[in-house]
Amino acid sequence: MKTTLKTALAGLATCLAFTPALAEDIKVGLLLPYSGVYASLGQDIDDGFALALETYGAETGATFDLIREDTEVSPPVGLAKTRKLVLQDKVDVMAGIVSSGVLGAVRDMVHGSKVPLIVANAGNDEATGESCSPYVVRLSFSNGQVNRPMGQWMFDQGITKVYTLAPDYAAGHQMIDAFAEAFTAAGGEIVGQEYTPFRKTQDFGPYLTKAQASGAEAVFVFYAGGEAISFVKQYDSFGLKTDLPLYGSGFLTSSLYVNAQGPAAEGVITALHYVPTIDSVENKDFVAAFTEKTGRIPSEYAVHGYDSARALIEATKTGASDRETIAAALGKVSFTGPRGPLSIDPATNNLIQLIYVYETVAGETGLTQKVLATLPAQQDPVNGCVLK
Amino acid sequence: MTSDPGFWILQGLNALQLSMLLFLLSVGLTVIFGLMHFVNLAHGALYALGAYVAASVAAAVGYWPALIAAPLAVALVGVVLYGGLIKRMRKAGPMSQVLVTFGLIFAMLDLTRIIWGDFALGIDVPQILSGRAAFLGIEYPIYRLFIIALGGLAFVALTLVLSRTQIGAMIRAGVDNDEMAACLGINVEKLFFIVFCVGCGLAGLAGAIAAPLLSVTPDMGLQILIPTLIVIVIGGLGSLQGAIAGSLIYGFVQTFGAVLAPQLASVLIYALLAAVLVIKPAGLFPAKG
Repeated sequence: MKTTLKTALAGLATCLAFTPALAEDIKVGLLLPYSGVYASLGQDIDDGFALALETYGAETGATFDLIREDTEVSPPVGLAKTRKLVLQDKVDVMAGIVSSGVLGAVRDMVHGSKVPLIVANAGNDEATGESCSPYVVRLSFSNGQVNRPMGQWMFDQGITKVYTLAPDYAAGHQMIDAFAEAFTAAGGEIVGQEYTPFRKTQDFGPYLTKAQASGAEAVFVFYAGGEAISFVKQYDSFGLKTDLPLYGSGFLTSSLYVNAQGPAAEGVITALHYVPTIDSVENKDFVAAFTEKTGRIPSEYAVHGYDSARALIEATKTGASDRETIAAALGKVSFTGPRGPLSIDPATNNLIQLIYVYETVAGETGLTQKVLATLPAQQDPVNGCVLK
Repeated sequence: MTSDPGFWILQGLNALQLSMLLFLLSVGLTVIFGLMHFVNLAHGALYALGAYVAASVAAAVGYWPALIAAPLAVALVGVVLYGGLIKRMRKAGPMSQVLVTFGLIFAMLDLTRIIWGDFALGIDVPQILSGRAAFLGIEYPIYRLFIIALGGLAFVALTLVLSRTQIGAMIRAGVDNDEMAACLGINVEKLFFIVFCVGCGLAGLAGAIAAPLLSVTPDMGLQILIPTLIVIVIGGLGSLQGAIAGSLIYGFVQTFGAVLAPQLASVLIYALLAAVLVIKPAGLFPAKG
């Protein structure tokens, strides 16, 4: 019975969508890490992507045929899988990419083959800056975008001297640079900066002792994953939190792993483009649907996947059905999702979105996020990007 | 930099704490190597396993049982590894041994991922060890002092066992010349087995005490392996003094390098390693004179 109804509805949808295009079958290549250290991020993005197709799929006449490829978080593997999707499977559009390293490796292949790629995580500023491409549209975030608004906001809270810490690799530098630039422009002073060896630092003790002696009023950091857990716990164990409040990029206390940090994370204030506690109808519906489907609270990664699929659906609603038309339509999509109103910057193909300042607080079932401020959407500087 | 003596005391304690963690790991590895001439690259993976077991047990019944269960569980894994793999590889030559134990790293990495997932885990420090102790005008986390104390205790205990007991004398004889020791009626195979299991247990203990301090991730074993190998190369293979000296040198160079010359922090220790290899290729305190 249900199947008959579905078929009937699908038929009806096909008839209705007749005007711009016939029911198109669009081949989508999903490039995600299904194994390796980022497998759980890949899974969150995949689940979000599938959920959006279920939720909004009926709005478009097109149907989607997913081909999943595992990038293994390795640039050469990612490139080989992209080649396979483009040349052998002849996909119309690709989505995914968690690591900026993989994005850098596949960028020229995407640009050269003119197969649109929806970036669902990798945040390297350059991907929508110097090395931007009309075929690369980012629905996640850029490293600078997430941290820049915190500069003014922290200064407005009366903080004038800040010490910064981050891992020593591209993302660490981009996140801290964007914050530091905005903070000094607002009138604040960076009294010390340190970059810790990436993936080689497990003990932050020496750096914390140094920050403590720096005379700063607050510390601003970027760490993610395992490093974030170690950092937040060690920061608390040294008793710094009361005298030297901890601020940072929101990945520090991501809902994905904040419970492994435990009480140490309470009171840490960070900024991110999504937290599961955003108070809006769109977000509540999304959280309810995602939790029902997977049994997990959606992280920012799940939202990336969800909005990526949503953008693809919006693009096909305009009648786009092949590589060239989908690429053109993706650059013009705008809609309101769980994160709030989203649109694509015509100058860089990066997403324009709100940034949420949130505090990690104790809730009824573990730690939760209390939104303190919603900062207006900002465009990234063009950084020499020419979309052609 | 800063003229506050408290700052330097704090950094000294940070260095000491890192040294003790490394000591617990390197002492097992170095004695196994000295006695059996066997390079067990999977030692780091056993450390990660100890941390995971501790995280699971701590979540179920608390921290103290976890501190006991983790070394025992890892020693048990050592028994299985020894019977199933190491014993067969004893005569296979160093290249095959390196390959097998290197493969073991990845097998165990994926095994921990399958059992415990990709997400980093954390353990809470028990009430009595949380908080900070104030002395000499500074405040230092009690848990870190606990690690320093535990490392010191392990050093004293191992020194006594090796220098004052019969089994210690047998181990020293085995390290010095295993064929001669066997001729004198010492059951060298049994000795190997015991030392291997104790070494594994110590790796498990190191994992369990590191778990509340660091985050428990599948690749933590890989991250600690290189520092551990550096420690035993600097200290000299097979000796307890070498392990403690190497650990202290590594801990202090790493910590004060990060404080005084952060740009050089990751290079400094390798430069020191190169210098030691040039000047004293056998390490500072080699077991065999």
